[in-house]
Amino acid sequence: MSQESIWPVTLENVWFSYDGTPVLEDVNLSIGRCEYVSMVGPNGGGKTTLLKIIAGLLRPDRGRVRVYGEPPQHVQWKIGYVPQHQHYDVHFPVRVLEVVLMGRLRRSTWIGRYSRADRESALRALEEVELADLRSRPFSALSGGQRQRVLIARALAADPQILLLDEPMANVDVVVERELNELLQDLSGHMTVVLVTHDLGFVSHYVKNVICVNRRVSVHPTSDFTGELVDRVYGGHYHAVRHDHVDEEPQP
Amino acid sequence: MMEFFSAAAQYSILQYALLTAVLASIAAGVVGTYVVVRRISYIAGGIAHCVLGGMGAALYLQRVHDLAWLQPLHGALAAAVLAALVIGLVSLKAKEREDTVIGAVWAIGMAAGVLFMAKTPGYVEDLMSYLFGNILMVSKRDLYLIAGLDAVVVLSGLLFYNQLQAVCFDEEFARVRGVNVEFFYLFLLVLTALTVVLLVTVVGVILVIALLTLPVAVAGQFSRTLWHMMALATLFSIVFTVGGLALSYTPNLPAGATIIVVAGAAYLLVMPAAALYRRNRRGRIASARR
Repeated sequence: MSQESIWPVTLENVWFSYDGTPVLEDVNLSIGRCEYVSMVGPNGGGKTTLLKIIAGLLRPDRGRVRVYGEPPQHVQWKIGYVPQHQHYDVHFPVRVLEVVLMGRLRRSTWIGRYSRADRESALRALEEVELADLRSRPFSALSGGQRQRVLIARALAADPQILLLDEPMANVDVVVERELNELLQDLSGHMTVVLVTHDLGFVSHYVKNVICVNRRVSVHPTSDFTGELVDRVYGGHYHAVRHDHVDEEPQP
Repeated sequence: MMEFFSAAAQYSILQYALLTAVLASIAAGVVGTYVVVRRISYIAGGIAHCVLGGMGAALYLQRVHDLAWLQPLHGALAAAVLAALVIGLVSLKAKEREDTVIGAVWAIGMAAGVLFMAKTPGYVEDLMSYLFGNILMVSKRDLYLIAGLDAVVVLSGLLFYNQLQAVCFDEEFARVRGVNVEFFYLFLLVLTALTVVLLVTVVGVILVIALLTLPVAVAGQFSRTLWHMMALATLFSIVFTVGGLALSYTPNLPAGATIIVVAGAAYLLVMPAAALYRRNRRGRIASARR
């Protein structure tokens, strides 16, 4: 295999449009092994679209997408995906472990129950996010942060090599956000973690490289992430806000 | 009510009716749960009304063209599956037009049914019994078909539990895991269509939607997993259908409508009670923290 099979993610000249409206133009990108990178950019800039293209959920109009050297649809078992918050119904009658077990589904899963190995992997994933104690709880009874962890565990249950997360920090408070960040940082020790966020303050604290997505894509080390660059990415209409809230305690 | 059960011991018509009610309830519990959590009861409504067209066409062909083997139930089956596939394929290919298509299928099916029945010589009361059900019309031959359908629907619904659960909970994630989401969506719609046909034999075209959703809604108040919901919904559905049937017997009320009133009453009693219970519990937890 060529050089690109070493890279977890490579995109070459990728173009994408929704009903004729261009969303991504000529995207070139490589993400390395065990990198922890963040995608930032304005709403509608194409962050989520780019993540979905890497996940194999969307096919680009033009260009080449490879995950470990193959089209993402061929290696979906290597990809763990945490979709945006709004995707599921919080009142759905399901227990925590059952949600995580969904991560064990495969194209080849046919009929019948999950195997013992599936259950063990699901439990391991729950332990990794420190929620094994809650495995029999109804998903709907969890807090927002716990739910987010369960969804990360669901993605981990398939033992992926790449973890893709779409705005996991939306709708969680500062303390939870810090816990999630620590979790993701730990995970990036043994897998590639790609995170979509609009929170620039978060970016500077935890991530080494930032992928700026606003129709076109550019990659910057976090140390370059100055006000000038932020203006460029957000088209000059964005006021950088310092997020030094990490040590704040929540009000009781 | 007791009069009904002692009569049921003697008359095979009543035994067939009871058996139909129980069989249809099992399918309604299993598939109805998927329909409610996936929020496609409007689609189920469209399929149900479209069934009238199929029954009307079958009846017309049977009487006018002397196709004695062709039963209204066969027409219902064909129309339901066709409607499910049309709605499903259109919603997969052109998502934004889904509700228009459902409405069209809903109304066209009913209109075709009314036209066929107007041109069919014979009983005038047929239309009413298809609209509001006549469980006492179920013959032994129908019962075989009903039992077969029931087995197919319930087995499919349970064997593919994991996939259907994942697709209903989070379609996008299921797709990343390689599950054929489109296939399982169509599969669920076809199961819904078959269940609708079963329920039409009990309560008729118009009332189906209530029997598909109300037992599940009541069960949902006491369930923490889909399994629980299915089992409880089946149980409630049996209680509502058999109870309604028995209640309707002595005063000679229409059975379908009585069943729905029983189910509706249970729903209206349980939902506010459950809401009150939850509010009290939240209040207790809050005051315990204070």
